[in-house]
Amino acid sequence: MSAEAIDGAALARFESETRARKVGDASRGAGFALIGLAVLLAVWWFGGKIIADNPATANFAGFAPAPTFEKLWEMLKSGFAWRMTWPSLMRIGAGLAWAIAIGVPLGIVIGRFRAAREASSVPFQFLRMISPLAWMPIAVLAFPSWDRAIIFLIGVAAVWPILFSTAHGFRRIDPAWFKVGRNLGARPWHMLFTIIMPAIAQDALAGIRLAVGVAWIVLVPAEFLGVTSGLGYSINDARDALEYDRLAATVVIIGVIGFSLDWICERAIRRASWAREE
Amino acid sequence: MTAAAERHRGRKPGAHIAVTGVSHRFRRNATYALTDVDFEIQPCEAVALVGRSGCGKSTLLHIMSGLTTPTKGEIRLDGALVKGPSPECVVMFQQPHLFPWMTVAQSVGLGLKFAGRPKKEIEARVRELLALVELDGYEKRNVQELSGGQQQRVALARSLAVHPEVLFLDEPFSALDLVTRRALQQDVRRIATEIGITLVIVTHDIPEAVTMADRAIVMAPNPGRIFDIVPIDLDDADRAERRPAAQAAQERLQKSFEGASGRSVELAAARQAGGETLRLAAAGQR
Ligand SMILES: Nc1ncnc2c1ncn2[C@@H]1O[C@H](COP(=O)(O)OP(=O)(O)OP(=O)(O)O)[C@@H](O)[C@H]1O
Ligand SMILES: [Mg+2]
Repeated sequence: MSAEAIDGAALARFESETRARKVGDASRGAGFALIGLAVLLAVWWFGGKIIADNPATANFAGFAPAPTFEKLWEMLKSGFAWRMTWPSLMRIGAGLAWAIAIGVPLGIVIGRFRAAREASSVPFQFLRMISPLAWMPIAVLAFPSWDRAIIFLIGVAAVWPILFSTAHGFRRIDPAWFKVGRNLGARPWHMLFTIIMPAIAQDALAGIRLAVGVAWIVLVPAEFLGVTSGLGYSINDARDALEYDRLAATVVIIGVIGFSLDWICERAIRRASWAREE
Repeated sequence: MTAAAERHRGRKPGAHIAVTGVSHRFRRNATYALTDVDFEIQPCEAVALVGRSGCGKSTLLHIMSGLTTPTKGEIRLDGALVKGPSPECVVMFQQPHLFPWMTVAQSVGLGLKFAGRPKKEIEARVRELLALVELDGYEKRNVQELSGGQQQRVALARSLAVHPEVLFLDEPFSALDLVTRRALQQDVRRIATEIGITLVIVTHDIPEAVTMADRAIVMAPNPGRIFDIVPIDLDDADRAERRPAAQAAQERLQKSFEGASGRSVELAAARQAGGETLRLAAAGQR
């Protein structure tokens, strides 16, 4: 017992040291991130200045940082920014929900059954390589509303990384875990929810993170067509109205939201990950 | 064995196991891994399966626990045919095979959760078992933060939590250092007698068999079969490794063990020599 008490003290010391190191790492990381952001802004500002100074391109001066952020502030205050972001978020949410609902179970089946894996390999790789936007005409014909067609396109883009990551995660499961489960009296649903799901959560979420990235990229061009709401529509609309500051502000919103979605996914992966580093 | 059964009158003691006519052939193998294995284990008895690597000990254990269905023959647990794995006879493997995302408490309570027991009961049982394996206070730790010996103790607690009648152990301590191993061997035997369960231990470590078992079944390879049954009638106090009684038992078992593996070597040598003479004879005739 006393040996364990000493162990405990040593462990506590080690943990606090690691924590200190982690805090140091984090502040240094934040510093570099700020430098990177500053460089990006500088390049943007410089580009804007060149455009504004050239009489041939002076009409596009709205792209520069100052008018962009001014417009962005105005859009945020008036609630316009939110009104055009909300439909996009709904569409991406619905598309991703479909992709998860189909991709995760199918991934489990493919990971579990060799025959399913071998039979589906060629068709799935083939389908995966088709740009989701190539489905646009078919989607428009197949779905009664533009909204649903866009959700379908996002789902088509997002399903593949989720499916393949889930299957990969399943194949990494230690077969002994199933033996232990059976031996302790696990029913099929116990196997699924207490053993398989936690075991593959990290890989499935990694797939979802990739899917979010792809879906967010597909969303904007998908919204160019048909609909009269959302970020993609707003970009097109701003271009037609020659409001370049609004266009640039929308681009900023797209970037910020994409970044945030990815950050959320990354946190979720970290929470679901059970592998401890030594 | 029967003494232990006596001690647990009133509660259901460990199960009686009957192995009858068990032979097993793996699908892709031409030869049998086990042939005509017959024996009985009394309630609350501790039996060791010993023999050289590859003689079918693990195969036999998996068949007895219901994880593998034998090609021929049957297993009966208290007279009832074993058709598949069940929490009545749990297996502890060479590796602890804990689920790395679980805490110690979740791991130990897993079987009870599968059985749909209420939360309160699981909590109480987990506390009881962690006390039994001397891991009190470790409930909230992630299993990956434990040493190898502690992990095996969690696996032991997880196996015992479901109130099994039989505990099967497949070389469960071979990855551990000698001191931890000896301590766990004594602990498992003590716990098994305390709560009254039947123990079946696979091992090729002779002192381990003597420390833990009332009887050793010595197996011979190619094909796997029972070669000998060596009783180990010792008081628990006499099982400590340096006691003369224990050493005598070790020697007896060692001799049988060597017989089981050595004889097949001799046999092979004899067969080869026989072949040689035959060939010579044939050459002479020509
Ligand atoms: N899954 C399997 N498929 C085919 N053959 C197998 C399989 N498992 C075991 N065998 C064969 O069956 C025989 C017995 O194996 P088993 O694992 O029971 O031996 P063991 O006595 O437990 O050995 P060890 O002490 O090394 O663990 C061996 O010859 C082995 O090659
Ligand atoms: Mg073995």
